[in-house]
Amino acid sequence: MKHYEVEILDAKTKDKLCFLDKVEPNATIGEIKSMFHKSHPQWYPARQSIRLDPKGKSLKDEDVLQHLPVGTTATFYFRDLGAQISWVTVFLTEYTGPLVIYLMFYFRVPFIYASKYDFTTSKHWVVHLACMCHSFHYVKRLLETLFVHRFSHGTMPLRNIFKNCTYYWGFAAWMAYYINHPLYTPPIYGEQQIRLALIIFLFCQIGNFSIHIALRNLRPPGSKTRKIPYPTKNPFTWIFLLVSCPNYTYELGSWLGFTLMTQCLPVAFFTLVGFVQMTVWAKGKHRSYLKEFRDYPPLRSPILPFIL
Amino acid sequence: MASSEEDGTVEEKENNNKKRTKSALVTAWLTFYNIAMTAGWLVLAITMMRFYIQRGTHKGLYRSIARTLKFFQTFALVEVGHCAIGIVKTSVIVNGVQVCSRIFMVWFVTNSIRQISTCIICQKIQNEESVILFLVVWTVMEISRYSYYTFSLLHHLPYFIKWARYNFFIVLYPLGVAGELLTIYAALPFVRRSGMYSMRLPNKYNVSFDYYYCLIIVMLSYIPLFPQLYLHMLRQRRRVLHGEVIVEKDE
Repeated sequence: MKHYEVEILDAKTKDKLCFLDKVEPNATIGEIKSMFHKSHPQWYPARQSIRLDPKGKSLKDEDVLQHLPVGTTATFYFRDLGAQISWVTVFLTEYTGPLVIYLMFYFRVPFIYASKYDFTTSKHWVVHLACMCHSFHYVKRLLETLFVHRFSHGTMPLRNIFKNCTYYWGFAAWMAYYINHPLYTPPIYGEQQIRLALIIFLFCQIGNFSIHIALRNLRPPGSKTRKIPYPTKNPFTWIFLLVSCPNYTYELGSWLGFTLMTQCLPVAFFTLVGFVQMTVWAKGKHRSYLKEFRDYPPLRSPILPFIL
Repeated sequence: MASSEEDGTVEEKENNNKKRTKSALVTAWLTFYNIAMTAGWLVLAITMMRFYIQRGTHKGLYRSIARTLKFFQTFALVEVGHCAIGIVKTSVIVNGVQVCSRIFMVWFVTNSIRQISTCIICQKIQNEESVILFLVVWTVMEISRYSYYTFSLLHHLPYFIKWARYNFFIVLYPLGVAGELLTIYAALPFVRRSGMYSMRLPNKYNVSFDYYYCLIIVMLSYIPLFPQLYLHMLRQRRRVLHGEVIVEKDE
């Protein structure tokens, strides 16, 4: 069995950073990253980007050395991705914030509203309902992060946690301030409006959860395989016939329901911003499905059936 | 076989012709746009100078040029479109921030708060002066900027225009910012008293907006934004005037 030699150069300065000899031909990029980490302990594998070309795409951890277009002396280029943080950590932090913050406004913790309102509760029952829905939504997200989602990437750049938390926590505070305000005005059409909103909200929450379960079942535990999702026996997944990313569709629906329930402009604004972001993500996912699978169903749209 | 090959090259030539006419149209439009804007700001500058020479005071000067200023400053939104569709190489964000801050000043500060611009019995004369300050700064900067673009497009760029465009800002940017900030600051008591553009609870949208605090946030936003724009211009200056190659930080 012939052994390979691997040299790793810096992608920008082309300096020789590491030389590994007697590398097994069936070694994976992941194993090479571990070896590189030993000689440069500050660059743990998650922040290494190894590529064949200084400006090329990163190689995957699963790629095997002998299947790559390299000679017996392989030259790789390294780029530092910066400090990394795990997706799970980011998700847990960004979702716990809104849960706690909303409850602080709901219970009218001191220094938010006028002191005569401290620890009072709203007299409108829709405010209690809204609190339950909002809290349920974020508890669901936290549980899904811990038990349902199977992440393709382990980590993301550290600065994302600050960006994401500012977004989620900031909007949660802004919405919660008005919904739980002593001068809150309940929806114009009263009970009818609230009931309809609640139905939409619950329908979309169940739908969103069904999609997450369906996506999880596409992927065996510990793997990073990608397959086309199809409708299952669960009627909530039948939307896969028309949409590539129905989890975003249902998420939009949930927030539209919440907007209708609370009749609060900041909530509408949050829904709009979220919709724009999810549309960008959905279009990207849709495009990568089309690129990866020749037989991708042509009827599907990224996020809204037939429209977007 | 031969005929299909011919078709292929004919199509290629047609595509090249289409690309050439498109870029000729684009250049024609950009040239026209930049000449128009240069002319517009020149008119503003001349009107301002005439007013001051004839009346000897700057009171009422803003009112005399308000409509022209609003027209040309608002029209600059077109430039953001240019960046967005890629016919101009500036980033949409850099250009967008600059145009938005100008439009904000013109429509939401100086326009709405007429007392600042037309105050005759004015205890705080500095209100007026800050307006004149930024008006003069804007006029000089825009004339040099648009004439720079115009001459570049016509491939006949006199060195002094390039020099002006990339050196005036060193002094004028901070002066302009000072004028803008002083004007917003002077506007605050009027905003507070009149409660303009503000919305209070309770209302059916369950939202509130206080223009007074919004203005304060706008003033604070100058702190992170202005240095970035200034440094960006300094980097451009080094590149254009001294041919330095700037290595941008990798994301």
